[in-house]
Amino acid sequence: MPIELSEFTLKNGLQVLLKEIHTTPIVSQWIWYRVGSRNEKAGIQGISHWVEHLQFKGTPKYPIDELDHAISRVGGVWNAMTHLDWTTYYETLPSQELDLVLDLEADRMQNSTYDKDEINAERTVIISELEGNENEPLFHLNSAIQKAAFQVHPYNHDVIGTLEDLQAITHDQLYDYYRMYYRPGNAVLAIAGDFDSDTVRIKIDDIFSTIPDQPGNEKVIPQEPPQTEEQYFEIKGPGDALYIQISYRAPCANDPDFFTLALMDSLLSGPSPLVMFGGGSISNRTSRLYQALVEKDLAVSISGGIQSTLDPFLHTFVLTLEPGSDVQAALQAFDEQIENIQQQKVTAQEIERAARQAEAMFDYGSENITNQAFWMGYSNIFADYQWYEEYTRRLQSVSAEQILAFAQNQLASQNRIIGLYIPTPEAD
Amino acid sequence: MSKHNSSKMHFPGPHNITRFRLANGITVLAFSNMSSKSLTISGMLSSGGIWDPPGKYGTAHFTAAMLMRGNENNSFQEINDQLEGVGASLSFSASTRNTYFRGRSLVKDFPLLLALIRDSLTRSTFPEIYIKRLRNQLLTGLIIRDQDTQEKASLEYDRILFRDHPYGTPVDGYPDTIQAIQREDLVRHHQTYQPQDAILAISGALQEEEIKSVIQQFLGDWNTVDGISEPLFPALPPLTKTTRLHFPIDGKSQSDIQMGCYAPNRSSDDYYPAYVGNHVLGQFGLYGRIGRSVRNKEGLAYYAYSSINAFDDAGSWEFSAGVNPKNVEKTIALIINEIEHYLETPVSKEELEDSQSHLVGRLPMSLESNAGIANALLSIERFGLGLDYFQNYAKRIQAITPEQILEVSRCYLDPEKLVIISAGAKVK
Repeated sequence: MPIELSEFTLKNGLQVLLKEIHTTPIVSQWIWYRVGSRNEKAGIQGISHWVEHLQFKGTPKYPIDELDHAISRVGGVWNAMTHLDWTTYYETLPSQELDLVLDLEADRMQNSTYDKDEINAERTVIISELEGNENEPLFHLNSAIQKAAFQVHPYNHDVIGTLEDLQAITHDQLYDYYRMYYRPGNAVLAIAGDFDSDTVRIKIDDIFSTIPDQPGNEKVIPQEPPQTEEQYFEIKGPGDALYIQISYRAPCANDPDFFTLALMDSLLSGPSPLVMFGGGSISNRTSRLYQALVEKDLAVSISGGIQSTLDPFLHTFVLTLEPGSDVQAALQAFDEQIENIQQQKVTAQEIERAARQAEAMFDYGSENITNQAFWMGYSNIFADYQWYEEYTRRLQSVSAEQILAFAQNQLASQNRIIGLYIPTPEAD
Repeated sequence: MSKHNSSKMHFPGPHNITRFRLANGITVLAFSNMSSKSLTISGMLSSGGIWDPPGKYGTAHFTAAMLMRGNENNSFQEINDQLEGVGASLSFSASTRNTYFRGRSLVKDFPLLLALIRDSLTRSTFPEIYIKRLRNQLLTGLIIRDQDTQEKASLEYDRILFRDHPYGTPVDGYPDTIQAIQREDLVRHHQTYQPQDAILAISGALQEEEIKSVIQQFLGDWNTVDGISEPLFPALPPLTKTTRLHFPIDGKSQSDIQMGCYAPNRSSDDYYPAYVGNHVLGQFGLYGRIGRSVRNKEGLAYYAYSSINAFDDAGSWEFSAGVNPKNVEKTIALIINEIEHYLETPVSKEELEDSQSHLVGRLPMSLESNAGIANALLSIERFGLGLDYFQNYAKRIQAITPEQILEVSRCYLDPEKLVIISAGAKVK
């Protein structure tokens, strides 16, 4: 029997989704704010992520160590993530402790301390996180791709921000940013697990309804014009392995073409991992690009992926090549597969198979309460929960003709950016 | 100490774990999780890197990675068509002592998964073309490993701590040893796979009788070959002084530190006091005392924590941090300072209760999915923890005293006898 979801909105605009699952005595609560690197301008790149860190630095009611202490002590796990369009905070813990984290999230939505000493200590922690990212060749490659793909849209920079901005962002900028975006009308609260919906609904109303919603003058996001010609660049860095990233401008999650894109990506590079928590990925060895590149010894690995975003983003492929590989041969084999899907209709069996894989991943994901609560909130950021529930059905309904027509436009060379990471072992 | 409502009977235990042994020696532990539509199989064999011939380190790892590249019944293509076609997954890996496998599928595909496990373990054909292809993939992986500051620090830490002992050699080998491995080495290693010490753990929506009959059907006729016995494990070399080494990797923004010493093995009486004590030292909340010192107070690192890696016959107490190259020595000094403080006086009653409460409270979360349960069943059998392990877990953790922790920790941790490794850019 399907587990029912209850969904409601408080008067102050807070969207709430509740799903009772009684298989294990735990709950997972997620609160999502509609703010991410998409909302950042030059000079404050990285501020959304920094604010996320500061939300762990305490309130007058829950001073810095008490927050961590209270959740950890009951065996809970909690963390947060910042991405392009959103920032989210979650706690998964024994079900009888739900009251604690309901109160905590309501409190830090409005009362976080933003102590200057804490901000300065966290500045170096975030710079350390950036330095960790910079150790990875693929971070540099992806960063350069985003910069090339977006001239006006803020998807042009990394979520973690730039060193210059991280060194310069002030206390007041952080606090003002927090006040602007952390409010009930800009948030989604999703809870899944072992609780009674009616009881929890009353609690949520008591705890969150008193928080005022005061929208500020939020920045208008400029939309990126279409790309008109293929872009190509090379970057050099330490190491021996060679990487190629090929990214196509892609539709947003709420675009009807998104499901055609998802299906096409599945055929080309393997199914997208729908299970964000608890594992469940499926290998991609039968995908077209694996067969054409890895099975022909032109690359040692190939991966692909799309992201569910508010604005059009990127459909990305990453090829890893052994030292001394023939880059042109790999690119040619890649292009042959692109041309193939642009010229010949895929079979009904291929579509059915991709849908079957998605269905299996849905079942794997349903074992994990944290994963279920994640999707309840996440899907509401860019669409609604139905988007997630109907994912498999909508994949099944994509036709071969739709894929053919979509591939001809979407995978056109003028719509892509090719970036090469060329290792220079002596680079310093 | 918080009291959870969840009944201990909810956890896997003697009342709901099915344990049986096939005539060929395979031990099976199964848990019927009827709330799920899928299943997970975790298994292990007593064959690993310890069997690698000198100069051919990586043979066990290479062999495990070849198992899905073809067998007497199926080609590489057929194996992956079957698995990916139904959204299932199966993988094999090796450690110093063991070879592991893990599979996941929908319930209806249980026989398919077991047939592929049987064919991989007993009928692999090691096609030359895949040996060549996989060798290139493994070599590229080693190149990437050598450029990864965290992996490099970890690898060198093991090498210095364990020296000539098998734990000192990376299971994935070195470029020259991977180059030296021939097909006959893989075939020979594959012959060390024997059923008599194998363990199979299953969790999923399957009834006991079905589990028994399918396992008997696919693995019942796997016969032991006489004359194959595990190599002897040498004694661990003593750690007599501190060794401090830095491994330069140019062009990296962040350096990684890995330092530590021996820890109790998993079956030792010392294990639980050390495990709980370490939780206070480098885990509780955001990394315990070490996280508070290195990350929260000094703002030096995004991650800084300690952990105990406990194997069958050895263990390693490890302290890890990722920091800016100029902060490496300062971070090492802070960690040593925390170790000294930890060894001076017993942990406080409050700290201990916090950690005990967390370790007990988080148990339901680790057992909510089939993968979590199957892994737990595997550990129960492997380390002889007893089918009532989860029923006794809280009592065992709560019985640990501050004095026990201090006494045990002093037997292993000595701030003047540590292996201290860093990897990253040279400090100018």
